[in-house]
Amino acid sequence: MAYDYEKSIRPGKLPHIWCPGCGHGIVMKGLIRAIDSCGLQKNETAIVSGIGCASRLPGYMDFNTLHTAHGRAAAFATGIKMARPDMKVICCGGDGDGAAIGGNHFIHACRRNIDMTYVLMNNFIYGMTGGQFSSSTPTGDKASTTPYGNPDPAFDLAKLAIGAGATFVARTTAFHATQIDKLIAEGIKHKGMAIIEVLDDCPTTYGRRNKFRSVVDMMKRLKDIAVPVTAAAKMTPEQLEGKILTGVLHKEDRPEYCEQYAKVIERAQGV
Amino acid sequence: MAKKIALLQGNEACAQGALYAGCNFFGGYPITPSTEVAEVMAGELPKVGGKFIQMEDEIGAMASVIGAALAGSKALTATSGPGASLKQELIGYACIAEVPCVIVNVMRGGPSTGMPTGPGQSDVMQARWGTHGDHAAIALCPSSCQEIFSETVRAFNLAEKYRMPVQVLFDEIVGHMRERIEFPEPGELEVINRAKPSVTPEQYKPYDTSFGNVPPLAAYGSEYRFHVTGLNKAEDGFPTTKASLVDAEERRQIFKVECDEARADVESNEEYLTEDAEVIIFAYGSTSRSARYAVNELRSQGVKAGLFRPITLWPFPEKRVAQLGEQAKGMVVAEMNLGQMVFEVERIVKNTCKLGRVNRVDGEPINPTEIMNQVKEVL
Amino acid sequence: MAQRYEIRFSGAGGQGLITAGIILAEAASIIEGRHAVQSQSYGPEARGGASKSEVIIGDGPIDYPKATIVDACLAMTQEAADKYANGIKSGGLLLVDSDFVKNPPQGDYKIYDIPIMRTAKVEVGREIVANVIALGAMIAMTDIVKRESGEQAVLAKVPEAFKDLNKKAYNLGFEKAKEILGK
Repeated sequence: MAYDYEKSIRPGKLPHIWCPGCGHGIVMKGLIRAIDSCGLQKNETAIVSGIGCASRLPGYMDFNTLHTAHGRAAAFATGIKMARPDMKVICCGGDGDGAAIGGNHFIHACRRNIDMTYVLMNNFIYGMTGGQFSSSTPTGDKASTTPYGNPDPAFDLAKLAIGAGATFVARTTAFHATQIDKLIAEGIKHKGMAIIEVLDDCPTTYGRRNKFRSVVDMMKRLKDIAVPVTAAAKMTPEQLEGKILTGVLHKEDRPEYCEQYAKVIERAQGV
Repeated sequence: MAKKIALLQGNEACAQGALYAGCNFFGGYPITPSTEVAEVMAGELPKVGGKFIQMEDEIGAMASVIGAALAGSKALTATSGPGASLKQELIGYACIAEVPCVIVNVMRGGPSTGMPTGPGQSDVMQARWGTHGDHAAIALCPSSCQEIFSETVRAFNLAEKYRMPVQVLFDEIVGHMRERIEFPEPGELEVINRAKPSVTPEQYKPYDTSFGNVPPLAAYGSEYRFHVTGLNKAEDGFPTTKASLVDAEERRQIFKVECDEARADVESNEEYLTEDAEVIIFAYGSTSRSARYAVNELRSQGVKAGLFRPITLWPFPEKRVAQLGEQAKGMVVAEMNLGQMVFEVERIVKNTCKLGRVNRVDGEPINPTEIMNQVKEVL
Repeated sequence: MAQRYEIRFSGAGGQGLITAGIILAEAASIIEGRHAVQSQSYGPEARGGASKSEVIIGDGPIDYPKATIVDACLAMTQEAADKYANGIKSGGLLLVDSDFVKNPPQGDYKIYDIPIMRTAKVEVGREIVANVIALGAMIAMTDIVKRESGEQAVLAKVPEAFKDLNKKAYNLGFEKAKEILGK
């Protein structure tokens, strides 16, 4: 029997706004399966996003959902989680939203190791505003604001998250659909800040400017550049040139923020 | 039992007022001259099981406050001029999404870094129009430490009652000066808690106007489940671009504060010797204390002077100011900026009386002599 | 109009002059039940620079919270004296630390000097209590609160282990001032 996605979708809220060929829908389906497999309760779960194409995701989901301002998802989510540590908090959004305008909130949420799961859909571009380069657009690529090629270096978002202190960092792509839900589920079960970067495609504003003739081409690229961390261990630096590691990139145990604050309360109350 | 009394700074009184009102979340960022509010909250909130978080920046602080408020908390942030500027976009978010929260702004000069340890009253227009788009605003402006306590309580009440951000503005002088405070007993001041939805979770809509201009707000993590966005939205909380809905919603959100009934509830003024006054001094915050001194001096010289002190700056006390403009020969607006509220006064009194002003932005308070001199100019 | 009495404490940041002002305001408003407002101004430095603390005491509510005509002023350093020993009323008083203020601003008021820091260091053994010595001296010179009220306010402010030290400092300042006035 086909998997029932409808049970997690708000009645009447589809169709979504995403373009044909966009990977955000694949990520949303992965998120639905992950939430389902972890047995999260709708009333006890909040899904928080910023602004952008990817940030429209919560509106379709039948949970407590918060579509905040551009870049601010992690900071709003921090308020919810602090106020209600018993709730499960999931953030989602794009690369420009999360790591450029929202970069400060992103790194500090990682540093605090507050218990939330952040699904970062990296499609290398600002899609909603029409294809301007983001902080993760590869150097040399074309965007509407880099007509002569992008002079900026790009963030490695997973490395950024690890460097900032996130205790679970994983990466996959929109092509690897079944890995998305497994990694998100692992992130949800992890106590602390879990970042799941999903390399995504934007055929409309990125693909057509950068010589991808079709969505299939873009998906093929995601397939080709992805190398599982386990396989990469046996490969030479030459073989890894231009590749991106996928799977669980980092996992550690470190005190979680709300638990640490619970101890502050105990100390203040002289328990 | 005798009441608890203490010599408190205005900023400390603000934090104590917030705790009295049931504030259980503070998200902030250090900034002079408001930092003592955060310091007291950091010490006191965990004692009562509340949460304090120092965020990575002013924007994050405002975001955490809105997040916590949606999860059912009574949430507070405190800042000063530059920080208030950074918070503006999200103050607008709290306006359109109708999230109750309180923003304290201990005013200094400006623009930009200005004079961080000097007093100013230059954010009164920022409090009204700082965020983009059309919106209502409630801003309260206490002038003593005791009043900072009670107005902070009232700010929480108004935030909950009207489901919106409420700003408390006081200047560095009142924020940092110390006066004796009498702590009200529990129950002595009214404390309003958030109205809960009366419908079933299936029927619940976060902007259901069949419940009036201020629809009840449920909390995340309760049996109610809902969507919140900063986009123009319909009564179910989901985005809409339907012209009639957008228009109606925007107008309702302003009307809920500016209708006569709400104005009568929200507005609060103090008048001193205005009954027979030929000249009215319009002053707020610490400047009103100089004005009161000036009124007493002028009266002793036989000048019929009176003080009008708006405690609620926004909505502006239009009716009363218009009446006073007709009664008096002249009105003097004294404020620690180069002229902000004076334009509101001018808009309301029109040409019914002579208008004078006293302005100062050098980090020094306006002294009574400056006011008295200006009073003599308009008589 | 209610009578107001204005006292200004000034010195270098970190010398505890703001605390001295707070203690005086507590003595007047909490212990004696009168009206008092304490305020201060300070620069960006946490230590050094010049800082001032003002206390207005009255028998009725105090409107304008800053000094208008200063009844009594303390200056612990030359910089503070130059910057803040002004607006002193005719017949008022200025107390300076004799070791640090070599050129007190002149005016139609009495100038007294006590080696406040030296007294703290030599006679009490701790420079940190200089502000409490100064407070004792100012209370003795002005009679604005009762001697016991000042002492009670000082002791309420300090931890148990430092009570004796501060009591000694307060009374030393008070006695030295009385001695000068008696001359």
